[in-house]
Amino acid sequence: MSGLRKPSTRRKPIMSQTRQSETSAEPILAVRDVSKTYEGGFRALKHVDLTIRKGEIFALLGPNGAGKTTLISLVCGLAKLSEGTIHVDGHDVTRDFRKARAKIGLVPQELTTDAFETVWNTVSFSRGLFGRPKDPAVIERVLKSLTLWDKKDNKLRTLSGGMKRRVLIAKALAHEPEVLFLDEPTAGVDVALRREMWSVVGDLRETGVTVILTTHYIEEAEMMADRIGVISKGELILVEKKDELMRKLGHKELTIKLDKPLDAIPANLADYRLDLSEDRLSLTYSYDTTAERTGIASLMRLLAEDGVRFRDIVTKQSSLEEIFVGLVEDKK
Amino acid sequence: MNWHAVKAIYMFEINRAIRTIGQSIISPVLSTSLYFIVFGAAIGSRINEIDGVSYGAFIVPGLIMLQLLTQSISNAAFGIYFPRFAGTIYEVLSAPVSAVEIVLGFVGAAATKSIVIGLIILATATLFVDFQIAHPLWMLLFLVLTGFTFSLLGFIIGIWADGFEQLQLVPLLVVTPLTFLGGTFYSIDMLPEFWRDVSLFNPVLYLVSGFRWAFYESSDVSILVSLSMTLGFMAAAMAVIWWIFKTGWRVKP
Ligand SMILES: Nc1ncnc2c1ncn2[C@@H]1O[C@H](COP(=O)(O)OP(=O)(O)O)[C@@H](O)[C@H]1O
Ligand SMILES: [Mg+2]
Repeated sequence: MSGLRKPSTRRKPIMSQTRQSETSAEPILAVRDVSKTYEGGFRALKHVDLTIRKGEIFALLGPNGAGKTTLISLVCGLAKLSEGTIHVDGHDVTRDFRKARAKIGLVPQELTTDAFETVWNTVSFSRGLFGRPKDPAVIERVLKSLTLWDKKDNKLRTLSGGMKRRVLIAKALAHEPEVLFLDEPTAGVDVALRREMWSVVGDLRETGVTVILTTHYIEEAEMMADRIGVISKGELILVEKKDELMRKLGHKELTIKLDKPLDAIPANLADYRLDLSEDRLSLTYSYDTTAERTGIASLMRLLAEDGVRFRDIVTKQSSLEEIFVGLVEDKK
Repeated sequence: MNWHAVKAIYMFEINRAIRTIGQSIISPVLSTSLYFIVFGAAIGSRINEIDGVSYGAFIVPGLIMLQLLTQSISNAAFGIYFPRFAGTIYEVLSAPVSAVEIVLGFVGAAATKSIVIGLIILATATLFVDFQIAHPLWMLLFLVLTGFTFSLLGFIIGIWADGFEQLQLVPLLVVTPLTFLGGTFYSIDMLPEFWRDVSLFNPVLYLVSGFRWAFYESSDVSILVSLSMTLGFMAAAMAVIWWIFKTGWRVKP
């Protein structure tokens, strides 16, 4: 597989660059049938398949305990893979861990920093750790892009939470990775800082770095991502382009239970997307809750005109919506 | 080999040591000076020469070893335990580095620090007693091998420890007694035969003995036995560390 790869052209982050086309052949991340069972037997991930293209911004959306951090840990080598394979830009994360990990930058969920180090030293340390020679110009560019330049000589313990998060991002970018993992970049952060984080991700988009972030806020995934994967109880339930997902999300179903079986859907209802059940005793209408008109009122009127009588009306969220209601409840 | 990473970890640890240089040096130098005053001058004047070496000079190698062992273990244990405790270990574990590079960085730095302290104590000793070093190169070899071996042991302890108490426990409960009973302050020839035989099971005896031979050419066991035992401990510690990284014990869930 690696024989087919194009010679790797290391792209420098924090530099304006056109994004690679979404049809780029080589996925930057390929997760194949990955499962994770922790010691003690807890199965945190079940048969996860995921392909991320170069230059994408991907949001992994799921409630606490869904397995987001576990998936990132498996990619980055922080947890042992139980089943399946993971490739980063064609390199197996276990067999070829050096090449795979050299392409990855990780910003962990927790704000863990060495209190007594300076910003400059800790970011330079990260670059060396990832096997790159000293290059003050790169460190300077990274720090400036994250507006950390005037803090470069500050000790980390003197920085605010938002600044510490930026330092962690700078550390992750110091070796000029091609993929950046941001694990819950806005968890436990106030509104202003959250907006700031969104703009940082927006800037990263310009650099061509592939960004994979996790969140349990739908709005946040919507704000930042090109594509969204929904993970729940260790299963990747779906992966969709953001726009597609948002369209599906606004969907609801209205089921009309009829008095008598209906032979066919009346002609004047042809414009409605109606489904007649097999027993011909219920009609299902699916509609967009976000549209200006849902069409329910006129549907009812037309049914009355046709003399179709009904016993009951049930509305139901699409299965996707149910997942999200679950997400929202989890958040509370 | 990812030498940039080895250097990064090594320098990170050395810088941490330099930041706290005062306490790292004052405490071992002070306690060693006290040993010289109490054992060397006060009590030593009433003890005969051992193998033609004055008692004050006789304890010099043992005292250096005592500090070298405790320093190596506690430096290395703290060096790896603290990032585990603070969570910053994630970066090292996610970096393109192998176990060998991680160990070289952390253990190399801990060993460097304790060897430097050993040399400082050696310099301090010259203030209290007169002595010559018969084989300086052997002396350095034992200093380096022992510093590295016990830093490996400290690394293992730092990975195993669940809290700061455990970090102190092993040096306190194991290393200090073994050092005291390993011929630091006496020649095992001075012991009754039974205890002399028991002493031969004490690994520290071989280190102290070899180290003392490098100073005075007098030893409890032959220099080659000392050397091979030291190398044996080193190999055992390396095997344990190899197993730790292979299984991810305590570091990779
Ligand atoms: N080291 C571990 N040992 C055992 N179970 C774990 C470990 N880490 C995480 N888990 C469990 O795995 C599940 C997923 O955790 P995690 O990946 O952290 O979720 P998320 O990041 O989506 O909140 C949780 O139920 C968590 O308790
Ligand atoms: Mg998490």
